[in-house]
This record gives sequence, structure tokens and C-alpha cells, in this order.
Amino acid sequence: MMEEAREGSLSVSAQTIRVTEAVRDGDALTFIVISQKLSGSGEYHVARTHEDFQWLQQCLFSQEVVPGILGVIFPPLPAKPQLNAPAKVLKQLGFLAMGEDWRMYCMALETYLQQVAAHTTLSKNKCLENFLTSSEPPGRQRVRKGIFNRLSQAMEGMRKEGHKDVDDFFQTERDNNLTLTGCSKSATERFIDVVLTEQKLAVACGHFSTALHLCVEQEEDSAVLAFSNGSVPMIKNYRPLHALICVKLSEVIDSIKRNFESVAENNLSTLGLGLDLESRCQEAEKEMLYRRTCKLVELETASRNAERAKPVKKAAMDELKVAAEKEFDHVSGVAKQEIARFHSTHVELLRQALILWCEKQLETARDTSFRYSQHLQAFKGLGE
Amino acid sequence: MQLEEEVEDKFELNISITNPEKVGEFHYISPFSTTLPMFRSKTFTVRRRFSDFLGLYEKLSDKHTPNGYIVPPPPEKSIMGMTKVKVGKEDNSSAEFVERRRAALERYLQRVVFHPSLLQDPDVREFLERDDMPRAHNTQALSGAGFLKMINRATDSLSKMTIKMNESDVWFEEKLQEVEAEDQQLRKLHIMVDSLVGHRKELSVNTGGFAKSVAMLGSSEDNTALSRALSQLAEVEDKMEQLHQEQAASDSFCFAELLADYIRLLGSVRASFDQRMKTWQRWQDAQNMLQKKRETEAKLLWANKPDKLQQAKDDITEWEAKVTQYERDFDRVSATVRKEVLRFEKEKACDFKKQIIKYLESLLQSQQQLIKYWEAFLPEAKAIA
Repeated sequence: MMEEAREGSLSVSAQTIRVTEAVRDGDALTFIVISQKLSGSGEYHVARTHEDFQWLQQCLFSQEVVPGILGVIFPPLPAKPQLNAPAKVLKQLGFLAMGEDWRMYCMALETYLQQVAAHTTLSKNKCLENFLTSSEPPGRQRVRKGIFNRLSQAMEGMRKEGHKDVDDFFQTERDNNLTLTGCSKSATERFIDVVLTEQKLAVACGHFSTALHLCVEQEEDSAVLAFSNGSVPMIKNYRPLHALICVKLSEVIDSIKRNFESVAENNLSTLGLGLDLESRCQEAEKEMLYRRTCKLVELETASRNAERAKPVKKAAMDELKVAAEKEFDHVSGVAKQEIARFHSTHVELLRQALILWCEKQLETARDTSFRYSQHLQAFKGLGE
Repeated sequence: MQLEEEVEDKFELNISITNPEKVGEFHYISPFSTTLPMFRSKTFTVRRRFSDFLGLYEKLSDKHTPNGYIVPPPPEKSIMGMTKVKVGKEDNSSAEFVERRRAALERYLQRVVFHPSLLQDPDVREFLERDDMPRAHNTQALSGAGFLKMINRATDSLSKMTIKMNESDVWFEEKLQEVEAEDQQLRKLHIMVDSLVGHRKELSVNTGGFAKSVAMLGSSEDNTALSRALSQLAEVEDKMEQLHQEQAASDSFCFAELLADYIRLLGSVRASFDQRMKTWQRWQDAQNMLQKKRETEAKLLWANKPDKLQQAKDDITEWEAKVTQYERDFDRVSATVRKEVLRFEKEKACDFKKQIIKYLESLLQSQQQLIKYWEAFLPEAKAIA
């Protein structure tokens, strides 16, 4: 059971947190964050930059007083968005860089904040309250680096990832996580390729539709109109019919274009975002498991040192060993809870994404089908 | 193919060309069935080589193009006929190439028999009925450079040798401009359609890649219901890959081929205009020659050389007859070209309409299939717990 460090409770409702838009400010983006007061007496409106989000994340990381904090799977913060960035940088953001006006990115930030606010431990951090409610931007001063950071830095050079675990549960979890991290990343990337091609198709259809429209000359437009109104009988001259065919075909291609745009948009905003989040969450779990593994290594080192210690150093080494053991147990305890929570939220996350995706695509498919059958009827009746 | 109602006799002539058999060279089997009294039997099957089709065109073109008829052009020998861009990896033995050529030959033959004047041509009858055709010669120009290059060369050389025509009938001038403008438009559209087909094929490949990655994700997933849903999703995506592939083929066959056909047909239309110009040129040349002969006669009269005078008078009579004949030819060819162009425009409108309807039907079918897949998947997604 985790000791509660009662820094405070959040005064806003987690599910109501919204990141409504991204405002361009020169080369930087500012995000508007809105949340509803728990008391029901109104809402908070704040403007935050990505640096502010990073500050928040750092705050969460450096909660030293919470034992076992290293066992927490921290909600992943999306990488910094860069305006006018080269293609390679945008590619790293994947789905989050797509969509109009950084809409996907805003949704990812929103999810991040909601996840933090819904976490029993993290939500109590004063920094979150500050972040969501203070009209002033949170202090940009560098946060004191907690043990978390020092530990990460110390362990950086060493290949601990493959270190064998003492606990079967954790070994299995690490193995599964490794596979899932790879698979979800790969699925996200493949899906991005699909969406990009759909967008290319929409553009190609647009060109085709325009070209068809240009085939009909100015003078013929009036002839086409007269013809389609039935006021010009179809004898001897087939040019108005041909022009009408071009115009109608142009409308068909336009419908195809709109279908691709819808399909791509649906893909982006539901499953795309879902897969992206899944992928980043798996990474977050991986980081947590790695931190625990590092603690394990620390413990094993301390035990060895205690065993081999000369009598004069023995007491000190023993003390270190006990401390390491205690910390490791705390982390493992928190980790177990976090893993259980993670499993159920990740299933729920994908479930919702898949349902929403399917419903949207079904709706689009039905709309498109209806439009196509209208075109078909129109064409069958042409020239009769 | 049912022939549409004409003012003339209604009759039936069904032609189809089946897949080729490789017997030394590709042979095409063409089962016909007809109610036309002119044919020996009601149904018959013959085998023809690709070069036989080219040979048929040569014969028809030699006979009818000079009279202003628009003779349907044969398919290009190489797959790269129209555009310089290859859509995906294709070689001459691929299934797609074989199917394209088969369909192109079928359309070619259908256009030939659909032409009321060409149908009467004994060469056409022979092509449809005769058991063994001798190998066609002189198809080098067609096999090599292809139909369009041949037409372009002819037009170019013609414009070099004729003087600017004094167009008395503005209809011809306007029509030729329309034809040339349309040629540009169709070429542009063809490039667009090729681009569309390419992207669709890419979408099909990417969908397949996504399907595989989802399958892997599903099999790594612990939660049973989620794992199941993901493998169902992988199956749906696999089916969609198939749909995209089919739709790309439809784009290609309905549109790209249609546009390619009409770009070639416009070449034939231009050729008929060229012929009309040739007959005009011949008439002008004859008039000039007549003038010269008259001048010769005048000179002889003045120079008082009675022995050569008779020859001169004979010449004049000869050339007067030619002038009359050539003027009649010109009028006749002009009338034919005019009639042919109208017939061509009508056929074009019908053709386009028919193909677009076919295309829309395939789009609709695809879409309805997609709806079924989504409807089947939704309960799977909802079943995740």
C-alpha cells in the first residue's frame, strides 16, 4: 500500500479537461486548456506552451517523498511540436502532426492531462493544480532534479534491459511489453502510410475532377444547361451531351474525393490517435519496468557488497542493503498495481478507439454509397 | 454486344474475344453469333493472331480512309502506348497485360462491325469467317512505332506539302479545332487516371501491410476479446486490400482504356480530315494543271503551231474532266467526313455514358461490400471487455 503524500486534491474534474485549440505565436504554439471546477461554479481558462507541459512532467517525476514513485507508469507526454519543421521531425510525431490546426496534437495533450488528473497519486501533485488553474504561466525555473532523474542518468550507459528478473510475473510482463511495444509502433506506422495514401488519393481526385470541368468550354456551359433543362432537343449534335457527361463525371470524381477525405479523417481521429496513444503508453510502461530493473540491479549490487564487506564496513553496507531492499519492494508493489491498472485501461482505450472508428467509417460508407447510387441514377437518365 | 437501334435494320451480331492460347504465337479465339443473313452460319469460331488484327486495319484503312471514313484504329502493340509512365511492374506476359490486350482487341472488332459501311466490307467478312488467314504483311509501321506515331507522321508530311486550304465551310475548321482541343484534354485526363490507379495500388499495398501488423498485434495481446477483435480487424483490412486492388483494376479498365481508345480514335478522325485536305489539294492541283494546259494552248495558237494544237486540246479536255471529277470527289469526301464525325460523336457519347455507368456500378458494389465488412466488425469491437 502506497503511503499517501497529501500534497492536496485537485479542484477540477478530470474528465472535463479540454485542450481546445493551438494558437500560433511566431514560431511557438500556445495551447488553450479549459477545465470545470469540481464545485460546479465555473471553469478555468489557461494558456500553456509545450515548455509548461514539460515543467509539469518534470514536477511529476521529481516527487521524491512518494515511496515507490518509480513504479508509476507516467502518462506519456507527446514530443514537442515544431512549426516549419523538416519532414523527418514531423514524421516522429506521426499522427499527431496530421490533421488541421494541430487538432490531433491538442487531443493528445488533452488525453495526457486527463490521465494525470485521473491518477490517484499524480493528481495530488500541487503542480497539476497550479498548471490547470493559475492564470500565470507556471514558473519556468528549472525544477530540482529528483532521484528519478539522477537514477536515469546513472543507469544510462549500462545495458540493464535484458537483466534477468527474480520475479516471474515481472519477467513475463517485461517480455510481453517488449513485443507489444514493437507491434504497436509498427501498426501505428503502417496505419500512417495508409492514411497518407488516402490523402494523396483525395488530392489526385481533386485534380481529375477539376480537369474534367475544364474540358467543358465556356460557350458550352450554357448549352449544357439548356440541354439538361430539356429545352434543347437532342438531335444531330452530341456535343452538349458530351459536355454534360464531363460535368456529371466531374461530380462523381468529386464525391470519390470527399469519400477519401472522410475516410482518412476518420482513420486519423479515432484509430490513428488510439494506436499512437497505445504505442506511447507501451513505451511508458517499458520505461517503468526498466527503472524497476535498475533498482533490482542496485539491490543485487548492494547485497553483494554487504556479503563481501569487511567487518569495519559491514554495518554500513548492511544498512544500504536494507534500504535498497525496502525501496525495491516499494517500487515492485506500486508497479504491480500500475500494471493491473494499465492492462485494463489499455484494453478500454483500444476498445473505445475501435468502436468509434468502426461507427464513423460505417456512417461514411453509408453516406458515400447513397451518393454513388444517386450519381448512378442520374447517369442512367442522361440523354433520355 | 447488342447493337443499338439505328434507323436501318435491327440485327444482332455478338462478338467476344476469349483468352489467348499460346500456339507458337498468341492466337485469339473469337466466338461470334449473329442473325445477319450475310454470314454463312449463325455461330462460328475463328482463331486470329495479333498481327491479323493489324492486317485487317491496314486493309480497311487503305480502302476507306481516302474516302473520308473514320476507320477504328487497332490496339498498340506495346503496353506503353499512351503514357511514358509504367503503372507498377508490368511485363508482356503478365496477366494484366494479357487481359488488357484481349479487351482492347474485342473493343476494336466491335467498333469495326458497329460501323455500317465497314461491316459491308468483304475483308471484314473474311476476317470473321475464314478458317485460316494468311499472315499479314506490311504491318511493320503499326507493330513498330504504333498507330498514333504513324498518324502523326502522315499529318506532318501532309501539312508540309499542301498550301493553306481556303476553307469555304467553317464547320470543318471549327470541328478540326475541337478535335485537336479534345485530343489535348483526353491526354491530360489519361495522365490523371494513371496517377489515380497508381495511388490506389499503393493504398492496396499499404492496407495489406497494416493488416499484417494488426495481426501481429492481436496475437501478442493477452486479453482474449481484444486479441480476437484485432485478428478480426486484420481480416477486414485484408479484405479491404482486395477491394482496393479490384477498384484499381476497374479504374484502369473503365477509364484509362477508354481514354486511350479515344485518343487513338481521334487520330483516325484527324486522318479523315487529312484525307479531305488531300482531295482538295488534288482538285487544286488539277485546276492549276488545267490552267497551264489552257496557257499552252493559247501560246500554240499565237505561235501558230497547228500540229501540236490537237494535243493541247486533248490535254485540256482530259484535265477538265479531271477537275470535274476531283471536285465531285472533294464534295463526296467532305459529306462523308461530316457524316462520320456526327456518327463518331454519337458513339463517343454513348460509349462514355456506358463505361461511366459500369464504373459507378462497380464503385457502388465495392462500397456496399465495405458496409457489410464494417457491420460485421462492429459487434466484435463492442464485445471487447
